[in-house]
Amino acid sequence: MGQLAFALLAVLAVGSALGLIVKRNPIHGALFLVVNLASIAVLYLMLGAEFLALAQIIVYAGAIMVLFVFAIMVLIPGKEETGPDPLRRVRVLALPLGAVLMVMLVAVAARWGAGPSGPGGARGLEALGRVLFTEYLLPFELTSVLLLAAMVGVILLARGKA
Amino acid sequence: MVPESYYTALSAILFATGVVGVVIRRNPLVIFMSIELMLNAANLALVAFAHRLGNLEGQVLVFFVMAVAAAEVAVGLAIIVAIFRLRTRLSVDDLSLMRW
Repeated sequence: MGQLAFALLAVLAVGSALGLIVKRNPIHGALFLVVNLASIAVLYLMLGAEFLALAQIIVYAGAIMVLFVFAIMVLIPGKEETGPDPLRRVRVLALPLGAVLMVMLVAVAARWGAGPSGPGGARGLEALGRVLFTEYLLPFELTSVLLLAAMVGVILLARGKA
Repeated sequence: MVPESYYTALSAILFATGVVGVVIRRNPLVIFMSIELMLNAANLALVAFAHRLGNLEGQVLVFFVMAVAAAEVAVGLAIIVAIFRLRTRLSVDDLSLMRW
């Protein structure tokens, strides 16, 4: 049963990733990416990371993708990548080289993850919260500073020549 | 139970797909979305290893990667919109001012 779920989610994730890079319309690509993020969130659930699955849906699919859709709407389609590709002769190399990269990465990644599982440690939301607020408290607080810096930067960039 | 090598293999496939997407597309927004795809592939590998080792540090790192990705997307999209708002074509090939 778990194998079937994984197979379905893997097909969904890879299919939506291919849809993202293939579709001409960026809105279609954004919707494909939402499907991809949702399937990865379900994979997180299968891996016992419930908080991350919810955070993925709320933050990635819910906030980041909404930002993307806003940006796509501001830069109205019609100004897309039309016309001949000036770098076409170089860009067609991307597909075979990308396939080579994929084969290499899968060969390494499948070997890394193989082997016996380690000891079952603490899982779940409470354990994650405990670790986050004791061992990793400093990065946690610094993240808030990072978000503040990003907010200030975005406001400054969006202000224009006021 | 699915072995963790399947998850890392899926992560590798998604990452390579993101790389190809960054290279072959000219629309800066689609390039940015492919970068997010790569980030998610790395997150998946991290969570898979956290599951396998029983160690929560992989999940903590994914937490921070998500926060940083959110900040990065906000700033990156602001930059892209600021650059391309007054242009007629939405293609990264037009940004050749600093090329030699």
